[in-house]
Amino acid sequence: MNIGGVIMEALESLNANKLRSGLTIIGMVIGVGAVIAMLSLGEGVQSSITGEINSLGSNLLIVFSGNDEEEVRNVEPLKEADVEALNDPFNAPSVDKAVATLGGNVEASYGGESGSYSLTGTTADYADVRSIEITEGEFLTDEHQLGVASVAVIGPDVAQQLFDRTEDVVGETIRLDGQPFRVIGLTKAKGGGAMGSEDDIIIVPMSSARTRLVTRSEYGQVDVLFIQAVDDDSVQEASDEVSEYLRERHRIDTGEADDFTVYTQESVAEMAESITNVLIIFLGGVAGISLLVGGIGIMNIMLVSVTERTREIGLRKALGAHKSHILTQFLTESALLSLIGGLVGILLGWGLAVGVGIYAESAGTDISPVFTANSILLATLFSAAVGIFFGIYPANRAASLEPVEALRHD
Amino acid sequence: MSDVVIEARDLRKSYLMGEIEVHALAGVSFDIQRGELLSIMGPSGAGKSTLMNILGCLSLPTSGDFILDGEHVSDLTQDELADIRNRKVGFVFQSFNLLSRSSALANVTLPMRYAGISNAERNERARKALESVGLGDRIYHKPTELSGGQQQRVAVARALVNNPAILMADEPTGNLDSKSGRDIMDLLLELNRDKGVTVIIVTHDPEIGAETDRIIRLKDGLLESDA
Repeated sequence: MNIGGVIMEALESLNANKLRSGLTIIGMVIGVGAVIAMLSLGEGVQSSITGEINSLGSNLLIVFSGNDEEEVRNVEPLKEADVEALNDPFNAPSVDKAVATLGGNVEASYGGESGSYSLTGTTADYADVRSIEITEGEFLTDEHQLGVASVAVIGPDVAQQLFDRTEDVVGETIRLDGQPFRVIGLTKAKGGGAMGSEDDIIIVPMSSARTRLVTRSEYGQVDVLFIQAVDDDSVQEASDEVSEYLRERHRIDTGEADDFTVYTQESVAEMAESITNVLIIFLGGVAGISLLVGGIGIMNIMLVSVTERTREIGLRKALGAHKSHILTQFLTESALLSLIGGLVGILLGWGLAVGVGIYAESAGTDISPVFTANSILLATLFSAAVGIFFGIYPANRAASLEPVEALRHD
Repeated sequence: MSDVVIEARDLRKSYLMGEIEVHALAGVSFDIQRGELLSIMGPSGAGKSTLMNILGCLSLPTSGDFILDGEHVSDLTQDELADIRNRKVGFVFQSFNLLSRSSALANVTLPMRYAGISNAERNERARKALESVGLGDRIYHKPTELSGGQQQRVAVARALVNNPAILMADEPTGNLDSKSGRDIMDLLLELNRDKGVTVIIVTHDPEIGAETDRIIRLKDGLLESDA
């Protein structure tokens, strides 16, 4: 028998019991749909996070106080003086620019409007290191720093919420924790992301933040260092130089653990990727369970079908069907059930993922689901494989029936 | 017309029913010539069905020799048996056993599909077979749209379509009213007389037996009479 004939016959027999075939297919649709939706959303989250990390700035190193991997006593905080020293090419030749930040939350108000925003106290080079673009006005300067000026650069979300507009805001005076600050610049919208929006920030001079808004226990203490390496190739060198130099300044003996942690953009991206990989596997696994349930549904229905059609099988054998003919017939039916389910499921999963993406975007998070030809091919093949796998037992049962017994069955 | 189509030598078949061994056939021997019309008769439990299953190559004897159209059947595999059935045996069952979803034509093509015959030839031969049983105008009807007698005609057409050596009919009129039954008997007699088909009818109805040239009577798994 040719393949076309086998498929036509299988379709005919599935068509003979539309409701049953339909319900079985729905099981597969849900299974495959869930897998596709979860995988594409997972990949979407991954690529969105990776993009986010890459948009932090180029050739970037980030230094935090403390060490996550080893226990360190008497952690010495990072200081402004560390930054000044790192900016000296004599100490760290691979470092282009280093800036320090102080972070916190601040209550900002203008007129009747107010809100809580993340505050960054920093210096003029921060704009370069973090690739911040200014659409209106200017970024902080060294004069603002020296003068402990009450000036602020704000993100477009802040402007939108406080002034109800995202232009012509320079020169306005807002209150940060009750103290007046003059708006001198507006940053370009970067869009929200999985790591929080970059658009609802308020940036003030480090000196102003330290004296008016944020308190730290030690003199000159800062929270995070952002360091830009001179070029792509020297990121690792820069990281080594920073580590070596900070160990020296913090007087850490050879063999003892760092009391700070240096992340490269790459290492952060790797870490995020390994986390999102776990997420994808987990989501895919949960969705895979529904695929398994769909497969069991197919097996169940095929078993019922074999029992119902025992006489037919007996007749076919009496008329000369080999074991393999019967096996092929039933396997084709179960493979078709799951393949149809799989194809519809791919559409459903795609719709689902796009829907979730749209919802997430309206909620301010950018997750655009990623569909690859690979994942679609994989889902198609996998669903056919599920059909064949769960069809083997019923089909084998059908093929092994004794013609005499099967013909006598009623 | 004197060549032997079936040689049965000391056919025995026993089953285990629980712990007891039941001898359904206890040693039966006979020959059937090509072109014969005969019936196998006997009370229920006499071994009629068992003998029919062996003659139709649906099952193998426990011991004994069975030669069908020159081929030793006794020690073949299931798939080899299936090929023999496909080429050499045509079946007509009491309950027709048609595929209810398929048209008369598709039902008749079924044995040819397993014989690996091309689509076009299958349809051509099935059409001719249906015409020869008087159903040339109903080839696209489904079994549910046909009367009992017409359904049995489709079954006869299906049985003949691969030009088998023997046609096995198991109570072919058992599910039919007397008029349709008469028609089917006439069809079988005509096939035997005009086309020389070897017809073996298994029945417990003496009237049908009386219409055949030879009656093999079984009792308790043994040949009671052969005339």
